[in-house]
Amino acid sequence: MYKILKKRILAPDICLMEVLAPRVASNAQPGQFIIVRVGEKGERVPLTICDYDPKAGSITIVTQRVGASSRKIYALEEGESFSDFVGPLGLPSEFIHENEESLRNKKYLFVAGGLGTAPVYPQVKYLHQKGAHVEVIIGAKTRDLVIMEEEMKNVVDQVYVCTDDGSYGFKGLVTAKLKELMDSGNKYDQAVAIGPMIMMKFVTLTAKEYKLPLIVSLNTLMVDGTGMCGACRVTVDGKTKFACVDGPEFDAYQVDFDEAMRRQTMYKPQEAEADHKCKIGLKNG
Amino acid sequence: MDKKTRVPVREQDPVIRSRNFEEVSYGYDQGEALLEASRCIQCKNPRCVAACPVNIQIPQFIKAVLDGDMPWATSIIGKDSSLPAVCGRVCPQESQCEGACIMGIKHDPIAIGKLERYVADWARKNKYTPEEEIKPNGKKVAVIGSGPAGLACATDLAKAGCDVTIFEALHKPGGVLVYGIPEFRLPKEEVVDYEIGQVRKLGVKIECNVVVGRTVTIDQLMDNEGYHAVFVGSGAGLPKFMGIPGENLNGVVSANEFLTRSNLMGAYSPDSDTPIYVGRRVAVVGGGNVAMDAARTALRLGAEVTIVYRRTEKEMPARVEEVHHAREEGVAVQMLTNPVAVLGNEKGWVTGLKCIRMELVEPDESGRRRPVEIPGSEFDIPCDVAVIALGTSSNPLIARTTPGLEINRHNGIIADEKGVTSRPGVFAGGDVVTGAATVILAMGAGREAAKSILEYLGV
Repeated sequence: MYKILKKRILAPDICLMEVLAPRVASNAQPGQFIIVRVGEKGERVPLTICDYDPKAGSITIVTQRVGASSRKIYALEEGESFSDFVGPLGLPSEFIHENEESLRNKKYLFVAGGLGTAPVYPQVKYLHQKGAHVEVIIGAKTRDLVIMEEEMKNVVDQVYVCTDDGSYGFKGLVTAKLKELMDSGNKYDQAVAIGPMIMMKFVTLTAKEYKLPLIVSLNTLMVDGTGMCGACRVTVDGKTKFACVDGPEFDAYQVDFDEAMRRQTMYKPQEAEADHKCKIGLKNG
Repeated sequence: MDKKTRVPVREQDPVIRSRNFEEVSYGYDQGEALLEASRCIQCKNPRCVAACPVNIQIPQFIKAVLDGDMPWATSIIGKDSSLPAVCGRVCPQESQCEGACIMGIKHDPIAIGKLERYVADWARKNKYTPEEEIKPNGKKVAVIGSGPAGLACATDLAKAGCDVTIFEALHKPGGVLVYGIPEFRLPKEEVVDYEIGQVRKLGVKIECNVVVGRTVTIDQLMDNEGYHAVFVGSGAGLPKFMGIPGENLNGVVSANEFLTRSNLMGAYSPDSDTPIYVGRRVAVVGGGNVAMDAARTALRLGAEVTIVYRRTEKEMPARVEEVHHAREEGVAVQMLTNPVAVLGNEKGWVTGLKCIRMELVEPDESGRRRPVEIPGSEFDIPCDVAVIALGTSSNPLIARTTPGLEINRHNGIIADEKGVTSRPGVFAGGDVVTGAATVILAMGAGREAAKSILEYLGV
């Protein structure tokens, strides 16, 4: 069993969990994800890796309570366990293949949206350790939903926080902040955007205006996460790719975002029904 | 009853069973089994044994059934197969043991599969497990994949005294027996879980949620965890698609996805958290057993189902029994039909398959007559969900993360009939080597590899 060593509420409906999974922790790398399952009837839920500690044998994940399955995850407390916890899945970020000397001379800009802030963390931490210059834009709807700002500040050169309602930091979307940074003459060798599909689409459109190389991490539907089902297929450069084994990271300019967004909604009616049952406490929810 | 005809097996009524997930076939009762067993003429040189990929001593176990010595019948099968209740249900006996049965030349062949199932079900219901004397030999072997190949290999290795751990990527052991074959053909809790439990009783450990190549590599298993040899039986898990326009529309799913949702995740039952969608009409593309399984699953979930296949029933790779069952239950079949595009609406959901009629010309390299398009014969098959069941290929993950392990152009691991690969200490067998085949062929390959592993380990 995969015991929850620590649980911390980061924001309303968002929690961080440190989970004991020694095998996963010993081979995890930036850019990868895991799949969890709660209970015998539980769904396999893909979640990004927020941090990993091979010595402690733990993986840190961040979840937001949005539907029936994430509600079950969120309900678990310290000391309780996940039924299943498998990973690390997917390919690690490209930059892990680069040597330190080349990374030392590089300037990275990460654009993190909402829960997407979590998977940005292990990437910037890695790059920072290797000596790269790293800046991060964190976007959230409102001040309460900004997560991991302090942790991020410890491992990057600059953090810019944006809120849609202006309750904290820059008022506006991450794309507006990105524009501002680019217009004021900042130069980056590589940008990485992780967040809701719609955000990644618009960051891509914005980055394109500046010819800024951009990587995105796709959070598609998945069942097994090992290449078996094909639920996660996305069109990249006109070809069908499986986000679980060919990704989750892809060159943003090659991704068909409209298709990816549409495919994400495939089970929306069933999910809404399950969530409804769950909320009103039906036994089969 | 005359001895020329086999004893028929009782089945659930097609109309009733097309709405439930309970097993189709009830299997023989004692009287039926004895009657069928009495038809076996006990050949001196039994062709059935040679035709069985794991060489079960068929006439011997049938004799034991006839003598009423069920423990002995169980032991005889158990020597060669660790999954008799599975194989009795899903083996293509008609092209193996029963296909070779001498009785079959003039009359009905002996219903070997049904008798095997009878013996295995008896053992399970009576909790009979033959005693195994195992002397540990101090060798540690890792088996990757808990499907038929891995289970068969692990069984033989454990019986020889090896300390065996099976690593399974999914959360439940069984491989295709669990994610692929539906409940109505192969009950999971009752049959699959039980037989895997029998393998565990031999001392085999099963560690789930380990994706070898990601969670741990073969090198790490051998260098850091002290495994002396590794068997790779990771199957052929990657679905093939058609590469036609519209294939990524919502509602187009691989048979793997469809069946995994229903079988492994239990989505056929309302109490599962995993969603599955069938809509009103489902089109299933393909003519293999997997296509039949997907079609019959969709039917049970309440859809009208049409199978679309580019050749004719004669060329279908599915078992005759499966096609027959599917038709009986009300699955429609469009033969000599090939999809050329998936049609969708403005919301990006599938609305149908644009198909073209085919005709058969001279045989191709597979020996089957080759289908060619009839120009101008395009027509549409309306559907809300399209399930693509065109086969699978090997997952390249293990090969990519194991230096020195050679693969072929289909990403299959290259291994000889004995399971020997290009990498010393690493053996492979089953679908990961041959591409998608049958449960029993994978088991045969697992057993062969077990022999090679024991030889390699010098035990």
